[in-house]
Amino acid sequence: MTGARTSIVGVDVGGTFTDIFWLDEATGECRVAKVPSTPDDQSRGFIEGVIAGAGDSGIPALANVVHGTTVGTNALLERKGAKTGLITTAGFRDVLEMRRRDRPEIWGLRGSYTPVISRDMRIEVEERVLADGTVRTAVDIDAVKAAARRLLDLGAEALAIMFVNSYANAENERAALEAVRAVWPNEHITVSSDILPELREFERASTTALNATLQPVIGRYLQNLETSLKSADFEGDILIVQSNGGVMSVDTAREVPVRTALSGPAAGVIAGAHIANAAGFPNIVTCDMGGTSFDVALVADGKSALAAQTSIDFGLVVRTPMIQITTIGAGGGSIAGVDRGGILQVGPESAGANPGPACYGQGNDRPTVTDANVLLGRINAARPIGGKIAALDLDAAARAIRQYVGEPLGLDDLDAAEAIIRVANSRMAGAIRLVSIERGHDPRKFTAMPFGGGGALHTGALVHEVGLAGALVPRFPGVTSAIGCVIADMRHDFVQTLNSLLDALDLSLLSREIDRLAAEGRERLAEAGVTLEKIEEIVELDMLYVGQTHTVATPIARDTRSADAIRAAFEQSYRRDYGRVLDGIPCRVMNLRVSVIGHRPSFDLSVLAPSAGASVEDAERPGRQVYVQGAWHDARVYDRLKLPVGAVILGPAILEQADATTFIDPGLAGRVDDYGNVIVEREK
Amino acid sequence: MSIDPVTLAVIKGRLEQIADEMDVTLFRAAFSPVIAEARDASHGIYEAGTGDTLIQGKEGLPIFVGVMSFAVKTGIAKAEADGGAEDGDLWIFNDPYAGGTHLSDFKIVRPYFRDGELFCWLSSVGHWHDVGGGVPGNYNPSATDCFQEGFVMPPVKLMDRGVIRQDIVSVLTANSRLPGSSYGDLMGQINSLDLGVRRMDDLLDDYGKDTVRDVFAELKERSSRQMRSLIGDLPDGTYSTEEFLDNDGIEDEPLKIALDLTIDGSTLTFDFSRSADACAGPMNISETTAIAATYVALKHVFRDVPANGGVLEPIAFVIPEGKILSAVAPRPVGGYTETILRLIDIVFSTFARVDPEIAPANGYGTINAVSINGRRPGEARPWVFFTFFGGGLGGHSDGDGLTHGNAAISMATIPPAEILEAALPIMFTQWAVRPDSAGPGMHRGGLGSIYEIELLEERGTGFVFAERGRFPPRGSAGGGDAALDVVSFERDDGWHIPAMTSKAVDIRLRKGNRIRIESPGGGGYGPAVQRDPAAVAEDVRLGFVSRENATAQYGVVLADDGTVDGTETQRARTSMEAGE
Repeated sequence: MTGARTSIVGVDVGGTFTDIFWLDEATGECRVAKVPSTPDDQSRGFIEGVIAGAGDSGIPALANVVHGTTVGTNALLERKGAKTGLITTAGFRDVLEMRRRDRPEIWGLRGSYTPVISRDMRIEVEERVLADGTVRTAVDIDAVKAAARRLLDLGAEALAIMFVNSYANAENERAALEAVRAVWPNEHITVSSDILPELREFERASTTALNATLQPVIGRYLQNLETSLKSADFEGDILIVQSNGGVMSVDTAREVPVRTALSGPAAGVIAGAHIANAAGFPNIVTCDMGGTSFDVALVADGKSALAAQTSIDFGLVVRTPMIQITTIGAGGGSIAGVDRGGILQVGPESAGANPGPACYGQGNDRPTVTDANVLLGRINAARPIGGKIAALDLDAAARAIRQYVGEPLGLDDLDAAEAIIRVANSRMAGAIRLVSIERGHDPRKFTAMPFGGGGALHTGALVHEVGLAGALVPRFPGVTSAIGCVIADMRHDFVQTLNSLLDALDLSLLSREIDRLAAEGRERLAEAGVTLEKIEEIVELDMLYVGQTHTVATPIARDTRSADAIRAAFEQSYRRDYGRVLDGIPCRVMNLRVSVIGHRPSFDLSVLAPSAGASVEDAERPGRQVYVQGAWHDARVYDRLKLPVGAVILGPAILEQADATTFIDPGLAGRVDDYGNVIVEREK
Repeated sequence: MSIDPVTLAVIKGRLEQIADEMDVTLFRAAFSPVIAEARDASHGIYEAGTGDTLIQGKEGLPIFVGVMSFAVKTGIAKAEADGGAEDGDLWIFNDPYAGGTHLSDFKIVRPYFRDGELFCWLSSVGHWHDVGGGVPGNYNPSATDCFQEGFVMPPVKLMDRGVIRQDIVSVLTANSRLPGSSYGDLMGQINSLDLGVRRMDDLLDDYGKDTVRDVFAELKERSSRQMRSLIGDLPDGTYSTEEFLDNDGIEDEPLKIALDLTIDGSTLTFDFSRSADACAGPMNISETTAIAATYVALKHVFRDVPANGGVLEPIAFVIPEGKILSAVAPRPVGGYTETILRLIDIVFSTFARVDPEIAPANGYGTINAVSINGRRPGEARPWVFFTFFGGGLGGHSDGDGLTHGNAAISMATIPPAEILEAALPIMFTQWAVRPDSAGPGMHRGGLGSIYEIELLEERGTGFVFAERGRFPPRGSAGGGDAALDVVSFERDDGWHIPAMTSKAVDIRLRKGNRIRIESPGGGGYGPAVQRDPAAVAEDVRLGFVSRENATAQYGVVLADDGTVDGTETQRARTSMEAGE
């Protein structure tokens, strides 16, 4: 080690841009950068971005690179995972192909499905474990070896091993793994009882298969990153953001790459929670608006909720805990039109980044949400975000809106544009209601936190429509996920199916299992070699009444030793979720979940604060007119980053910065807080 | 038009969200696995005066989109007979002749009041796990009247101005083999409706009665306008399809279902007069179920039409009383899923004659309900295994049919084998795709499946209720038919096929015996000789199509290494097209 390594950089690689947030922890200096992504090999854009962010201090000053990646997600969506084989229980070769007997759309009976492991690459072997863990048929080791050799001959680079009921007894899977290791030439093997010892064969098979097929892809990508960073004299550690909002070491990421499924979006929520907490807003709804989608997540009391699973695409199920993010197809590129019944629709069809909105002039002639924002004066046509296009074509936006919305509905251009915004806002408001009101939270206690390029254009309207307390626009809305990378703690989640009546549960076994999983988590934390302030362990049981199917997450104390305490905890959770408990019905403990969180030194957000010499006068730019509620208004326009702490901006006003635009509606006021956030509230 | 288009779009979205939220709340709290896993439930919002559907949840079972309006109409009639609806009243029933479907489906209707005035109705339906009758799980293939299928609850007041009538609850739980499950689902449905009331309160607080009422009227009007416009694009004429069900489980005679569809300008007439008379076994459906099933088929053909009563406005039905599609009490109706799946396929086949691009080929078209029950030593109550199985969907103008999809009437997912094995003394010995089961075509059908279940206890009794054992899923636009459904069971003396082909009662199983279901794939779309030979070779390589069928059905000849033999394929296809 040469000089002091005091910097940390967050890198979020998205579809269009790679976002960089560089922080020197010694000096408190920070920099943001946005460079075009390089989809063919994301590591190129990555390195260019890191070098851009490094500025004068240079890469050798870096202690950590923390990375939110979409490499895994894209490989799955494009079916570009490694060629993978599956060895499975006789009779169950087609579990992946059959899914849970579903279809992509409720109406029309169309759509198709291609599994990530094709049928010729799935081989059955004689073995069988019963649901109670009894080995009915021991695994045929010779058949396993023969299957592995056959899969290698067919070109398999990775292998998944998934036996029925292995969650109850992994003996056969372990024996198969041992046999395969003697034959298999690389480390790319995923065993279902390792990655997800939880009952439900399709979900386990899918998670196992997706992980296996990503192992070589993510492995190569991380290898490229390490090599490139090393050749730029980087000597620190690389950490990868997981879907659960925690980070993991590169070694863990190579082993369980499927945990990166929601890497980037999760980092955004982590940043949102941290920034809002510091600013005194523990209850927020994060609203990430990009080109094609609007992602919403709820943070209550500073904590984001976790979902048990998600589908990357139809039939590509990943079952690992991940930050609960609700996505709807409403982004800047969402297309507006009028259906046969004469009802205005916005999205989910999107013009995306290419060809993009009509005003991009790249071949799309249908109106989008961005076109409406441009026509209404909310987006500066002369200064588009990201700098890929020099100027936006206002006439093209107007033409598109007139033809597809104005004329069919008998509205003039501006009213038609406002109608598009209202319907888009209404869909976004619906998504916010879904994550707040419908989960029992009072929206008046929540503040919207918009980020992404377009989120801050719409928040005023969302505040009104959902009845939120206000909005908090972070200092750098366009690079929030990259900031999240720098903030995130380390985290490992484990599950083990117990499937026992509470009355019959062996409490000493439970205690041993908790200890085992917690120890595994601590070991992984230790291996990563990252400085941690403290380690936290969270224990939950998935419980239900006998006869039910869906479970209720029941937090219990780490040292719980009594069935009565567990039942009481379950009833408390049940009451919270459903209102009334059911007397006289016994309950069952389905799964044990243990999370081990390694808290990294906390990130002092005051480094983001505006500099002392800033003034409102210096920040002001020439004003322009915006169209709101049927009339033109004179709006002041400001260079957002030049506004001083304490500045109060009355709507209508527009705050411009390189990575995002903020619109403050008439009747709302924006105030710059100590961290450089803009707090938007009703004018007092 | 009295309401601006933007407010209309916004309130429509809010109403849809209310219905969806009621659905999701019940799924999560349900005891019946048929609700919790198979999503066999639905919720909606209905017009105050008529009971017409205004908004229906998107998360529940599609068939209920058509049925629930009839259930609410029944509730309205009963409320009038009871002296009028009051705030906090609830009516409950499962009478299949008054509101459709079968006895397993319990409907609860609730008047929604605003400022002391009836504003609209909310309703919930859910498939309970067991409602008595001759067969646990209530798919009784040998029922000859509805009393053998389960107990009948006529419309009765369950809640009187906010107070639950415990005597009614006792009747409901006393008539089930699984009283705890019935009680849990009943409470779940009541909770969902409570939630609907709270959400409607919020909506009306925001927009006021007049605006929301205008939206209701506007939505219906626009749906009918949209439907008329879609029908108007189709060529006038009468198009006919006849198909047969295997049998009614009592007499081994095929049962005809016939449709004469007349398109006249912007109206449709569905005439089912030439269908068979009501039968002795449980293959009957009531007229309301027949209309609801037709509605489901229309929603698949015209995907963008909203789910509300306006859709049916330009549509007439001719179904004389006493037919298999218009049975009256006490005819057994337990197998209604099989009859409506066939009816829906017939509607698809008929629309395919009008324009093959708008309808898919037939799907697997049978739910293959399998029930096995027995008694563990020392346990008072029996264990009941009860599951529906899947098959392939039909090929269509956009591509091949989906393998192992859910049926047209349903979004139900199949319970995991591991959950079934963890709960019951059974074990699956096969859970697989069924080769050569898809209808050949330019776009072939999706593949059917094979499931084989072994009994792990000393004794058990099995029932199978299926269809398509004699009449396969049809192809469209020149595509071929799929394979037939095959039900078989093993006893100590070997494998057997049920006398009624697709229906079997009282299969006495011993430890180690198995029941095997081989479900159909979907019908093919377009002539098989037009399928890309490379796609056929790929199907052979993956084991979806045998080499023999590649040649026999598709005219594709493969070399020893599995690649297409171009010359031989050319020759085979030319002779197939010449009709040799």
